[in-house]
Amino acid sequence: KRVSVVLFCQTGVYYGSKLELRAKPEDDEYWNSSKFSAFTFDDEDDEFTKMKESKRAVNSILVDDDDDDDDVEKVSWSGEPIGSISWSVKETASSFRSSGEQSFPKIDTAPSLPKQGSGYSLSSLFKAFTDTSTRAYAPELRKPKSECKDYMSDWSPEETVRRMRKGRAYSLERFRSLQDKLLLLDEAVSLHDGNVITAVLIYLKRSLSKEILFRELMVREVALRHYVHYLKEMGEQKLLLMQYKEHLNIKDEGRRRDFLKSCLSLPFSQDDAMHVQDHYTLLERQIIIEANDKRGEAEIFRKYPRKASILNMPLITTLYYSCFYHYGEPEGTFSSPANIRKTFRISEKQYILTALGARAKLKSWFDVDSLFNTKNWLGYTKKRSPIGFHRVVDILQKNNAPAQVLQEYVNLIDDPELRLSLAQKYKCHDIVIDTYKDLKDRQQLIVYQGKVERGSHEDRKIEELINNMQIRWKN
Amino acid sequence: MAQSGRRDAPELPDFSLLKRLARDQLIYLLEQLPGRKDLFIDADLMSPLDRIANVTTLKQHEVDKLYKVELKPIVSTADQLCFLIRPRIQTVKWISVNLDKAAGRLRRYKIIFTPQKLPEFFRENFLEGDQRWVGAAGGALRLIHSLYGPFSKVYGIGQCAKMVYESWREQVEDGEQKTQQPEIGNVFLIDRDVDFITPLCSQVVYEGLVDDIFRIKCGSVEFGPEVTSSDKSIKVMLNSQDKVFNEIRNEHFSNVFGFLSQKARNLQTAYDKRRGMDIQQMKAFVSEELKGLKQEHRLLSLHIGASECIMKKKTKQDFQELLKTEHSLLEGFEVRECVSFIEEHINRQISMIDSLRLLCLLSLTENGDNCLFALVQSYGIEHLLTFSNLKQMGLLVEQQPGETLTVMESKVGKLVNDKTAGKLTDAFSSLAKKSNFRALSKRLVLIPKSGEEYDLRVPRDMAYIFSGAYVPLSCKLIEQVLERDGWTGLEEITRMLNGHEFAVSADSQRIVLVMFLGGCTYSEISALRFLGRERGYKFIVVTTAITNSGRLLEALLDNHP
Repeated sequence: KRVSVVLFCQTGVYYGSKLELRAKPEDDEYWNSSKFSAFTFDDEDDEFTKMKESKRAVNSILVDDDDDDDDVEKVSWSGEPIGSISWSVKETASSFRSSGEQSFPKIDTAPSLPKQGSGYSLSSLFKAFTDTSTRAYAPELRKPKSECKDYMSDWSPEETVRRMRKGRAYSLERFRSLQDKLLLLDEAVSLHDGNVITAVLIYLKRSLSKEILFRELMVREVALRHYVHYLKEMGEQKLLLMQYKEHLNIKDEGRRRDFLKSCLSLPFSQDDAMHVQDHYTLLERQIIIEANDKRGEAEIFRKYPRKASILNMPLITTLYYSCFYHYGEPEGTFSSPANIRKTFRISEKQYILTALGARAKLKSWFDVDSLFNTKNWLGYTKKRSPIGFHRVVDILQKNNAPAQVLQEYVNLIDDPELRLSLAQKYKCHDIVIDTYKDLKDRQQLIVYQGKVERGSHEDRKIEELINNMQIRWKN
Repeated sequence: MAQSGRRDAPELPDFSLLKRLARDQLIYLLEQLPGRKDLFIDADLMSPLDRIANVTTLKQHEVDKLYKVELKPIVSTADQLCFLIRPRIQTVKWISVNLDKAAGRLRRYKIIFTPQKLPEFFRENFLEGDQRWVGAAGGALRLIHSLYGPFSKVYGIGQCAKMVYESWREQVEDGEQKTQQPEIGNVFLIDRDVDFITPLCSQVVYEGLVDDIFRIKCGSVEFGPEVTSSDKSIKVMLNSQDKVFNEIRNEHFSNVFGFLSQKARNLQTAYDKRRGMDIQQMKAFVSEELKGLKQEHRLLSLHIGASECIMKKKTKQDFQELLKTEHSLLEGFEVRECVSFIEEHINRQISMIDSLRLLCLLSLTENGDNCLFALVQSYGIEHLLTFSNLKQMGLLVEQQPGETLTVMESKVGKLVNDKTAGKLTDAFSSLAKKSNFRALSKRLVLIPKSGEEYDLRVPRDMAYIFSGAYVPLSCKLIEQVLERDGWTGLEEITRMLNGHEFAVSADSQRIVLVMFLGGCTYSEISALRFLGRERGYKFIVVTTAITNSGRLLEALLDNHP
């Protein structure tokens, strides 16, 4: 039991309470139409009294000794532990003394630019202000009336955000001028408590016009990111890419295609625009192919019935499908592999891998063969591959290629070590023997002779070789 | 196995206190809604809740029915409803919608928010830039401080670490001052984004492997039929009480089989003792030993089953080649081969998470890549958002840095005045994060010299958790800082890690609390345990979540509506 993983143990409570709306005439030019609401307090609740009692009863070490703490229920903005309790803790606590321990110095946490973030889209803000519902929203507080006086007092921005963090009563209402509001926001940001930042932003959102809030957030990176995240969570905001992502909600492929088409005009970055264009073209293509293939008239569909529709599949899956069902079609047809390859700028490597997979699955060894054939200027065919032949062998073997086919490709592996190991794995004796011969490794040949069947063709071949004195063996 | 380490290593504080504290808090909160009530629990709070309480506890405090929060209309007819949820806007909205529906009825509601274990911390803090969890992390630190402190020294690295430190410090200042016999001396706070490389590597230490393959949830794992070799799944707690697990959790997987078969033989011998016993001896055997043996037997067969299953899965997916690629990338060796392996991995549409993982590793070790295009072609364009997330986190770097400023952003810039726009543009282009892994790895000697045999049975450094190929950057930093008692001499390194390092206060201690902000892996915990054994430290690891490559990347996926 050397190291334990400790989980965070904190709980907080959130009490529902009544909220009274009271409209006020506005004199501040920065207020927009929505009115901020004030709180009222109610101490006649017997649940509250009960709570106070039980709380006293289970008083514990973690309770602050601030003056108002005993009478106030904390709001759980920060998941602050509400007076936590335990006889066991009391036991430990008995050793506590109240003398000051050495305190830790403050360190500079001045916000600096995040190290990443080039992709962070300010553009989100354009979409951000579409739906501003004026739902009443506030951290609820319950306090006896006696505390109203305290509540109304004139806290500085700094004091206010600190109270917010501790879950004490606070009022944002008195921050009315733009300058005051921004001071409050900056104070919240410097506290590094996301809950407080968000709470202040909610207040600003309701009390400032969007143009002004937007302008101010532009120069406040941390606050801006909190704001965008908050809107995202509230479902009020859509990033460009999120707008595009909505297509995932559209089931009907025709409508999905039209939606994608409408996305083409959105101001995406160059890369993204290309991807969106490709996506549209691909879906358009898939719809055409699907309409034809659904009927499944060609023989190949009867022989290998489709397991699923091709709609909404990734590009490479589409290419595989096309290599499987539409191989050899002329380049002019939309469903031909050649056309897909060209339209979507698929690399040779990717094409060969996909086509190889599809043709090997169908056991069309002839097609496999011609994938790698190239003719030189004298008209001789030679095998060439953009992927290593050991990978080709791997794919062929997984598709149960016959020994003869496998052997041909094992033989094409350049690296003798790799060739040897695969040849041994797939029992291509001739290749093993020839490779050892090329390596002039007589010892290994003798070892290998023990592995082949006595009197077989391979056995005789090795016998012949090891007795051949014309070869200059290295051992 | 389970080496004993140095004799002068200190004893760990009693952490069962935290469990009891959490349970008492829960009871206290439940009792604040007196009388019968129905309790709604967030699905992902069920396992944590199991660690501290059980249904009997809840019943004792008048919880009538238990519901899972599913964001569907509430069917409960109870007069009092209690919600135990994580503080998510969506959930609270759902509750408030249901409040509206019940208008006109007298019903009592109570909502309990629990920021425990913060699984969303990683994404929200590092991707969305939302600091709402900083206070919670600071609060957790305060709790530990008040129970096991005072701390004598706090080190840290990372922007979030700094904020958590500040948040904790202010909370302590605001609160009651106290002194007691300190149980925890040193604290080390580290941001996950200081080291992304380590959690992206395949884990090969037993506990890490079990997590990668079966996903350990809140300290327990569900072994399916392929492990139990029956048609039932079994849930097992994985902790030091499991004697078998305790001995292999930190071991490199290659040692585990040998250990398990030795254990099996010992067990056989113990059973065999029965032969030739007389009645009296037999009676003693049954009452004293048999139960323990049976328990060990059960655990042993489970871990053997799990190991077999791991072997099967790992050989199926060409694990060797995957590992080789990872190690080559870390070493910066045969990079071209690695790139083509990754390309083929993508082209053949093999596991997308693995492809992303390799691509991020390539990007972090080699600064940039251009496989993104192929990735979209293979796994579908709906991952575009995922890629933009990865780019934003600096996990993927594209090769043309100048063009990352989107059209929309420059438009935004124009809306403001030209001066601000200029500043913004500067800011954004300077953000293109450069990974300094190669230089860091050289300076901190993260890659042991190649060519030397590495005996995994007798590990010589923390690299054993990655088969001797790589010392985890995060743990190496911790080691160096503890050794130097601060950051002196590490200036060049912190500069490459974007700074934000700090070290405050007095004399150093042997019990070190390490807090990972944004998650840590089991491998890293194993590495720290190793370091502790070697240097006579005791590490206590606090983390916002246990992570691994899968979880880390899944947190950044954005392909669902």
